[in-house]
Amino acid sequence: MSTSATTIFSPETAARFDRLVTLYPVKRSALIPMLLYAQDEIGYISDAVVVEIAQRIGISELDVRSVLSYYSMLRTKPVGKYNVQVCTNISCMLRDGYGIMEHCKKRLGIGHKEVTSDGLFSLEEVECIGACCWAPAVQINYDFYDDLTTEKMDQILDDYKAGRGKETV
Amino acid sequence: MADVTFTVDGKKLTAPAGTLLIDACKNAGIEIPAFCYYPNLSLQAACRMCVVRIEKMPKLQTACTTPVAEGMVVQSETDEIKQARKATIELLLGNHPLDCPVCDAGGECELQDMTFKYGAAESKYIEIKQHREEQQWSPVVYFDRPRCILCYRCVRVCGEGMDVWALGVENRGVSSVIAPNGQDHLNCEECGMCIDLCPVGALTSGTYRYKTRPWEMNHVATICTHCGDGCKTTLGVRSVNDGVEIIRGDNRDKSGINGDFLCNKGRYGFDFANRTDRLTKPLVRQADGKFAEVSWDKALDFAAKKLREIREAKGGQAIGVIGSNRTTNEENYLLQKFARTILGTNNIDHHRTADYVSFASALNGKSGRTAGLRDTTSAPAILLLGNNPTDQHPALAWNLRSNVRLNRSRLYVANHAEIKLRRQAKSFLQIPQDGYASLIQYLGGNDGAIAADDNTTAFRDAIRKEESLLIVFGSEYRGRDIQALVEFGLSLPNTKFAALGDYANSRGAADMGLLPDLLPGYVPVNDAAHFVDEYGATLPTTAGLDLLQMFDAARNGDLAALYVVGSNPVSRYGVDPSALKNTFLVVQDMFLTETAQLADVVFPAANLYEKAGTVTNTYGDIQLVKKAADKAGVRTDFELIVRLADRMGADPKKLVPFGRGSFADMGQTRGAQSGEADRHAVWLAANHLEPKLSPFDPFATLDEIQRLVPSYHVSRLELLTGSEQPEKFDLVQIQPAASRRDLVLPAEDTLFTSGTLGRYSGMLKDIVESHTTPNPAETAAD
Repeated sequence: MSTSATTIFSPETAARFDRLVTLYPVKRSALIPMLLYAQDEIGYISDAVVVEIAQRIGISELDVRSVLSYYSMLRTKPVGKYNVQVCTNISCMLRDGYGIMEHCKKRLGIGHKEVTSDGLFSLEEVECIGACCWAPAVQINYDFYDDLTTEKMDQILDDYKAGRGKETV
Repeated sequence: MADVTFTVDGKKLTAPAGTLLIDACKNAGIEIPAFCYYPNLSLQAACRMCVVRIEKMPKLQTACTTPVAEGMVVQSETDEIKQARKATIELLLGNHPLDCPVCDAGGECELQDMTFKYGAAESKYIEIKQHREEQQWSPVVYFDRPRCILCYRCVRVCGEGMDVWALGVENRGVSSVIAPNGQDHLNCEECGMCIDLCPVGALTSGTYRYKTRPWEMNHVATICTHCGDGCKTTLGVRSVNDGVEIIRGDNRDKSGINGDFLCNKGRYGFDFANRTDRLTKPLVRQADGKFAEVSWDKALDFAAKKLREIREAKGGQAIGVIGSNRTTNEENYLLQKFARTILGTNNIDHHRTADYVSFASALNGKSGRTAGLRDTTSAPAILLLGNNPTDQHPALAWNLRSNVRLNRSRLYVANHAEIKLRRQAKSFLQIPQDGYASLIQYLGGNDGAIAADDNTTAFRDAIRKEESLLIVFGSEYRGRDIQALVEFGLSLPNTKFAALGDYANSRGAADMGLLPDLLPGYVPVNDAAHFVDEYGATLPTTAGLDLLQMFDAARNGDLAALYVVGSNPVSRYGVDPSALKNTFLVVQDMFLTETAQLADVVFPAANLYEKAGTVTNTYGDIQLVKKAADKAGVRTDFELIVRLADRMGADPKKLVPFGRGSFADMGQTRGAQSGEADRHAVWLAANHLEPKLSPFDPFATLDEIQRLVPSYHVSRLELLTGSEQPEKFDLVQIQPAASRRDLVLPAEDTLFTSGTLGRYSGMLKDIVESHTTPNPAETAAD
């Protein structure tokens, strides 16, 4: 499938997908990278994304859903503009990762996998994000914040709220 | 492959190298339990039940993925293994509900059996079981998530076996779940194979669920009444007030020609038999033009009297007979004998769905050239011309897919449509709808016959290189085209043929002489030979009217009577009801069909599941039909023909060679088993009595068929044990036919329809409706 007139993606992403399916010995190897890029662009894996990716690779939608549902970093519901991912795996847990999580819950007024009513923040408890040396750590979208305390966490959330937060794409 | 020798539990065994340990053990009578392993599907090794101890290997090994090796020493059942299996079951039961007392699978559940064997019913888990509501995925498939043990058999059989790929796995680890392709429903062929293979009660059937328990049914293996493949279906039956009702159809012992397979019609399409609007009393049209229910005596007397009057006043040529594609060979035989010897007419025909006459004539006397359904599982190369087996011959389609997958058989497909089996084909050729005859010319070497290109050349070259080819052709080929096809096939070194026709016994109808110009065994009516001696009556020697001519004659006022058995020509051929207004019409059927509505007398008839006898599938496999169900008030077509003959003043003994001098009635004529032979035969034999004392015994007629039709001279013993017997087609003595009128009308049934019968199956109707996208404009209106 070349860049289709009916694609739901931006021309850049569509072009990238056109190339991705040619890179592997079998087309379906491109599935996971495509899902990740699609999620970055659309914000989550919508039904329309599933349909188009299935068509592009030539597999059934069921195949796409099987892979999609396997990975917890792929989501099928929209998240907030800033997705706060709090690590509670062992190093972070020993350094009070759960405290950070509880603090975020109270501060944002939402629970695990929920979104604030203004759509600005969403909160998620995640498995190890590889920042054990500087535990406890939090990832907001693609940016890391480590060696945290509740005060530092407040500061970070305030910055994001005021539009001063880092936004690495 | 070379054999290897290995030891299991101290027993020395040999098996071909490459055999899986689990199979090798099974062949030697050593059972290794497994949930996920299923023969001929890809390996999964998900359930860990088949673990065994193999010397020199660390840890326990899965027998389902370990090929046997020379000198291998295996322990299959030690304390260590028992403990491992018990632990596996304990994990499987971690979230499995203990609802066996209400579960459909209770009593035939593999998990239940293993829990009894290894005793893991007590659990160390204190976690609360996660309950999920059951889901309905289609009219026939229900899913109970907590019962699922994630063996993935359903996923694999749907994908690999059916090439449908409608089931998958979603989520991960403990939250893994089997998911249908439509998110909350299935878009599939509704074959029910997933239900059949499910080792527990996670997938259950819409027709059977919560109706009964397996041990409360009797299980009767008989032949499916729907398409021409002749699959064995095991009917679970139970006594009810008005007889014996069918509760489920399945593929219980997998002993039939269909092996593991059964399609939706064999599995769910039996419910026409249980319908409340079935005819159970004879109907006779009264002076006011309305039907009235009358007694059997009255109805039979009336019909017989009228038929006799017409025969005497106008002769047999004023009477027509139309037979069925779904009655047994014995009934078909009896019907033509009745027509020819008692009615005195050759006006007999049936709805032809394939040109078996031309096929027999093309193959005249050649032996070893026909293929049974089983041959399609192992033939090294198959050429499929026309037809769409996925819809019209599901068992054939399954066999072709399996053969390609398991034996790397080469499948060549030529069709005017892009049929689904092209996905398994080594080579697919799309030809014009009228291009089937030209294709044969082209294959035979006439380059100009079709628009040739590289693709067609490669197709032809590949076929002509095959050393052993099986040609399966649809009803696109008739008459001379079959002749040409067979000639082409015989020019290759080792070719076999199979002709595809519709319905359970359409081949048998042709074989048994439901034809205006041919007697049973394709003996021409003008040269009746031994039939004259045997029948002891003057047989009409000129060919009679065919089905269409009969209706023409009726329209012209030349057909005074018409006897229709198990057929609905008025609907099938679009006959104008006014054509029959001056014809005395007698109909035997289950329902008040379009044809029966016009009748003067209607006899309520039994269906194929309610009688014994034999049928012949489209490949020529002769099989035993056993009586499974029963309905008070109906009679088999066999019995009705005999009783009609009796009332017409004929000697039943001349019609059915029963009794051998004895007049005793041992009970066959009464009660639930009336007309039924095989179970009585046991009782009679036990009492040192000669069976076949009843004029309603179809096996007395089978004796006569086997005496008079050489191609049916097959082993009765094998037949009665339930295995298929290939018709001896080389013994068909048929003169190459002068040109015959082409009367083949394919049924064009889809995967979910089955002629008139399908219309009376509620479940098939539900399936059809669920597969039809409703028109939004129509559904919007309240």
